[in-house]
Amino acid sequence: MFDLKKHMKANSIDHAIALLLENPDARLIAGGTDVLIKLRNGKPGFSELVDIHSLEELNFIQQDEKNNILIGSGVVFTDIIQSDIIKKHIPMLCDAVQSIGGPQIRNIATIGGNNCNGVTSADSASTLFALNAVLEIRGKGTTRQVPVSDFYLGPGKVDLKKGEILTTFKITPENYQGYFGYFYKYAMRNAMDIATIGCAVSLKTKKHIIEDYRIAYGVAGPVPMRCPKTEKSVINRKVSKSLLDEISQTIETDVSPRTSWRATKDFRMNIIKELSKRATKEALLRAGEEV
Amino acid sequence: MTTFREITFSINGRPRTLYIDMRKSLLEVLRQDLGLTGAKQGCGVGECGACSVLVDEVLVDSCIYLAIWADNKNIRTIEGEAKNGKLSRVQQAYVDEGAVQCGFCTPGFIMATTSFTQKCTGEKITEDEIRKSHAGNLCRCTGYQNILKAVEKSIHPDKE
Ligand SMILES: Cc1cc2nc3c(=O)[nH]c(=O)nc-3n(C[C@H](O)[C@H](O)[C@H](O)COP(=O)(O)OP(=O)(O)OC[C@H]3O[C@@H](n4cnc5c(N)ncnc54)[C@H](O)[C@@H]3O)c2cc1C
Ligand code: FES
Ligand code: FES
Repeated sequence: MFDLKKHMKANSIDHAIALLLENPDARLIAGGTDVLIKLRNGKPGFSELVDIHSLEELNFIQQDEKNNILIGSGVVFTDIIQSDIIKKHIPMLCDAVQSIGGPQIRNIATIGGNNCNGVTSADSASTLFALNAVLEIRGKGTTRQVPVSDFYLGPGKVDLKKGEILTTFKITPENYQGYFGYFYKYAMRNAMDIATIGCAVSLKTKKHIIEDYRIAYGVAGPVPMRCPKTEKSVINRKVSKSLLDEISQTIETDVSPRTSWRATKDFRMNIIKELSKRATKEALLRAGEEV
Repeated sequence: MTTFREITFSINGRPRTLYIDMRKSLLEVLRQDLGLTGAKQGCGVGECGACSVLVDEVLVDSCIYLAIWADNKNIRTIEGEAKNGKLSRVQQAYVDEGAVQCGFCTPGFIMATTSFTQKCTGEKITEDEIRKSHAGNLCRCTGYQNILKAVEKSIHPDKE
């Protein structure tokens, strides 16, 4: 049995917000693939839950009239993989969430829960960084929009205040139209494993010139991150094989991997460099370039 | 405050209403309240798939699925797969291919294969796709080779 003291089912977003404010010690539970594991392991702080599991209001993938792609925080990974909108416009997000857990986990784990943990290894995060996703957060009578890069405050810490709930991920057309992307996950096992390093590249080319270039990592620092120095050095450059080597050199100045029981700092750095080349190459191939 | 709640669901086609402890996982309700001990507890944390069942035809690890989430849902477990004493196609394939040794992982694997084959009948399936679709299930005995064969046979029962 889980050591639950209180379980409160929310019937709507507003209801969830009200329950969170009435019960200051309560936490949200969506798919529960993090919360229930913590409860099972006896971690304190999860014994009162406000349940938003399969709340319909948070379960949507759509394109609005301005061509923004909107993904509800309660969408499970399997539904992202199967979504025609995502497959067509941001297939790299399919690559990323396909790498998460196994089918049972993907059938139940949500994209909202993945990012609200605030962990650097969240596999959907680096892609959302590369897409400049904006998060919509609702509180009592308030709605605010936060770029994903500002949402992550530190390890296990995200920009959510008491009584707030993440409702939507928004990707605007200027951040996906004309872009080609690729996500690469390196883990010790091919499946059911936490990333040693995750790398997402999104780029745009015109006449073999790289018009825009974004590269983001998971586990290359305390939170998921973009690599501004490398990005700046690549924009407006001609596509070439030597550029790939250059990227893998510059990238060292952007990242700050650490040693953990999974891998040493040096090993992670090697993977970071190698993945920068591979992910960039695959993204270029998708863009119709030759390298 | 009582921790007991009333839930109604269908289990292998039979409607049931139960008073359950809301602290229980679906696996605990299946095994303790309903005596359905087919689904097993291996890891208890979503790693091994021994507890796999179908909830409204979706494959889940019942050890990390709150029992109260099963309210108004249709649950399928290994106990309901054989009909009138006849094994399901997937079960028969596991028997034919010798994909069962100690059997601890088998109920979970069969539900995973059942879920997979329902989605891909007749299509051409690669070994890689079979492996990926069963990545959430662990087996400590068989070395997976015969399980792979059993899954293939479940998709193409006529192929020898
Ligand atoms: C076996 C296994 C394998 C895994 N493999 C991977 C993997 O490969 N890659 C990976 O990235 N992760 C993996 N995970 C971790 C986990 O599955 C994911 O992080 C998942 O996306 C969490 O989503 P959830 O809906 O289950 O979250 P929950 O457990 O329900 O919630 C997680 C956290 O987010 C908060 N929260 C949830 N929804 C909201 C919301 N709308 N607004 C505000 N806060 C919210 C909760 O309060 C909680 O703190 C794995 C987990 C398991 C058990
Ligand atoms: S017992 Fe549920 S996944 Fe291992
Ligand atoms: S047959 Fe023993 S664990 Fe699979």
